[in-house]
Amino acid sequence: MRRTLALSLLLLPVLALAASTGGWVRLPGGNFRSALKYEDRNQVRIAPFQLMETAVTNADFLAFVKRHPKWQRGKAPVVFAEDRYLQHWAGPTTLGAQAQPNQPVVNVSWFAADAYCRAQGARLPDWNEWEYAAAADETRLDARKDPVWRERILGWYARPSRSALPRVGLQAANAHGVRDLHGLVWEWTGDAGSLLVDVDNRKQGDADKAKFCGAGALSMNDRDNYAVLMRVAMLSSLEANDVTANLGFRCAK
Amino acid sequence: MKRLLASIALCLAVWLPAAGLAQQPLPRDSVYQLDAPMTDQSGRATTLAARRGRVQLVSMFYTSCRYICPLIIDSGIAIEKKLSPAERQRLGITLISMDPKRDDPAALSRVATRRKLDLQRWALLRPRAQDVRPLAGVLGIRYRELADGEFNHTSALILLDAQGRILARTEQLGTVPDPAFLAAVRKALAAK
Repeated sequence: MRRTLALSLLLLPVLALAASTGGWVRLPGGNFRSALKYEDRNQVRIAPFQLMETAVTNADFLAFVKRHPKWQRGKAPVVFAEDRYLQHWAGPTTLGAQAQPNQPVVNVSWFAADAYCRAQGARLPDWNEWEYAAAADETRLDARKDPVWRERILGWYARPSRSALPRVGLQAANAHGVRDLHGLVWEWTGDAGSLLVDVDNRKQGDADKAKFCGAGALSMNDRDNYAVLMRVAMLSSLEANDVTANLGFRCAK
Repeated sequence: MKRLLASIALCLAVWLPAAGLAQQPLPRDSVYQLDAPMTDQSGRATTLAARRGRVQLVSMFYTSCRYICPLIIDSGIAIEKKLSPAERQRLGITLISMDPKRDDPAALSRVATRRKLDLQRWALLRPRAQDVRPLAGVLGIRYRELADGEFNHTSALILLDAQGRILARTEQLGTVPDPAFLAAVRKALAAK
């Protein structure tokens, strides 16, 4: 009896570690009503895919740049990562006190995130895949219509970002089993460059064909979902070599 | 022996100046850091970085585009018309397809012929599918493929120096060149 207890006590930390630094979660996909209004379809069809349970951490990214030195700070060309790339690390291959191993990595550009995912035999998730995964709360696969859920997300967005980033995996998993899609960092998507938004929102829905050739700016299906609006505004304002102190990523395959 | 020395000297005389440019390290802010393999309108294998060495106007388009893309070509032609023959010779114009699935060399070649483009200066390039997003990324162009094969995309003409650094960009397209952009083109061509 005592031996079994001792063994199970040994296993617990291992299990906790596995849960928090995560592997891959399988998501079934299906039809998904995107919060963005597409002129050519009502629902998007999402094929089954896998998503990392947690965001990529400083430790993960450090291992990557050690194996691929051309992605180290100082070596990566500015055209792929602006000068603030990994600026919170003590050195190109040293994390230091401001970058705990299990915090989500930030100050990474789209190019760097994309390269990391490709090195894992994976890719960045599409915007629709990410939104589909993020529509879930702890018990429902699509909680987007619940104003209480929306308020939770907006409450996180309202928190000042000067406090230290928590480690990945501390929050309860959502109904898919994925953690921290809300409440931790903004995340890159593979097709962030496909978000075409007109800054003048009086033009929402107008086909400004001259500016965006063919279809005009994207507009919102669900105008009450401010969280999605903010994510679109965030990603559509960034160039592919930009970094920010609260933008990280996870991979899909 | 003398002939051998002479041919070595000849080789060096030709090779060294060309190598001089290639040996200079590529600037960290050069778009040619993205060394994407491409095929040109005659089916020849090339790379993006092969455009290095001349001032370039670069844009992205696709051949079945009905709205803006014809205007991108108009813009290139309009700028060329404003340059002196000497300036024109020093300028390359590079159009990269965002639709490599459909824009094979034959499709690109048809555009070149229809618009009577001088292929000594113009290049219509087809990248690999996996390079379209990165190319758009380094050029600051956004695009989205629609269900019917059309694209929703921003359009810009981007001016690169001979090393691939972005000097200027304009979204003012058509037969009347953006005067500020034209001035930037002239300045770039006069440099060095």
